[in-house]
Amino acid sequence: MSIARSLLEMIAQYAPANGRARVKVVRLRIGELAGVIPESLRFCFEVASEGTVAQGAELQIEHVPVMSRCTDCRCDFEVEQYAFICPNCDSPNVELISGNELDVIELEVEEEGCP
Amino acid sequence: MSVITIERKILEKNDEIARQNRARLAEHGILALNMVSSPGSGKTSLIERTLEHLNGKLRIAVIEGDVHTSLDAERIARYRVPVVQIVTQGGCHLDAHLVAEAMAKLDLAHLDLLIIENVGNLVCPANYDLGEAMKVVIISTTEGDDKPLKYPAMFRQAEVLVINKIDLLPYLNCRLDALKQHALQINPALKVFETSCTTGAGIPDWCAWLEAMTRRKSAVPEAPGHGG
Ligand SMILES: [Zn+2]
Repeated sequence: MSIARSLLEMIAQYAPANGRARVKVVRLRIGELAGVIPESLRFCFEVASEGTVAQGAELQIEHVPVMSRCTDCRCDFEVEQYAFICPNCDSPNVELISGNELDVIELEVEEEGCP
Repeated sequence: MSVITIERKILEKNDEIARQNRARLAEHGILALNMVSSPGSGKTSLIERTLEHLNGKLRIAVIEGDVHTSLDAERIARYRVPVVQIVTQGGCHLDAHLVAEAMAKLDLAHLDLLIIENVGNLVCPANYDLGEAMKVVIISTTEGDDKPLKYPAMFRQAEVLVINKIDLLPYLNCRLDALKQHALQINPALKVFETSCTTGAGIPDWCAWLEAMTRRKSAVPEAPGHGG
């Protein structure tokens, strides 16, 4: 719920203050490791956005897989089954490249009644 | 239809306050732990055992996060350490702002170790940096050996894993080796302790390590930065 609220605060900063503007689409980027369940975020957003400029907006979520880089052999690989082990050299010394994202990318806004 | 580009982290406000918390803690050379677990893992008991061992050796304070009650804070207060209760009113995690408010009620100049007991939940607390030096995950043997695979984000972000209730192993289906293997495949750098708050097994090891970490922190105040 508090993620939905933080998201709405950010939308309020960016969306036009014009009372006739409506946010139609919110694009998000969410990594697999962020532990966010899209359905529950959608539900929370629907509840929290009531009466705001983003009421009824669609959340479009781009999922980001967990990617790592081996610090020994420098190869990049997708982490499957949360096994943080280099498939090339078996090293456990890997750093995360992506998968933790919890970002707002952009809004699509419609100004109703404008020509 | 117009497109407005944002490209920002949803939780950037939290992260900024967390940075401020971290800087204040560093300024006073305080080691802060963010203790996370599912409900019933024995987190509060582990904190009580830790206070029994380290109170008097280190100057400790506790921030207690709870959804509705202050029962845990009352348990901790018996150990005569400063306790600040945060009731989240249903919120499933602590955030940096709540911790900043709680820290304002503590005398930071006279502290070595700050233990933050997060709300019992392994999902949402993973997203919220509080400004801690390290996350400590507590899981009990009763929760089964595949828990790390169900909550990989938390195990990836934690520095320490405490496996509690090892006295119950003979009666459970939990394979300790499998549990450790699952946790270490997600995070090979995890420091693992095995404890029982009932028998006291493993508590001295955990406390000795924690004391050493705390003294290292107070001796060398670090530049503010993200530790997690
Ligand atoms: Zn490699």
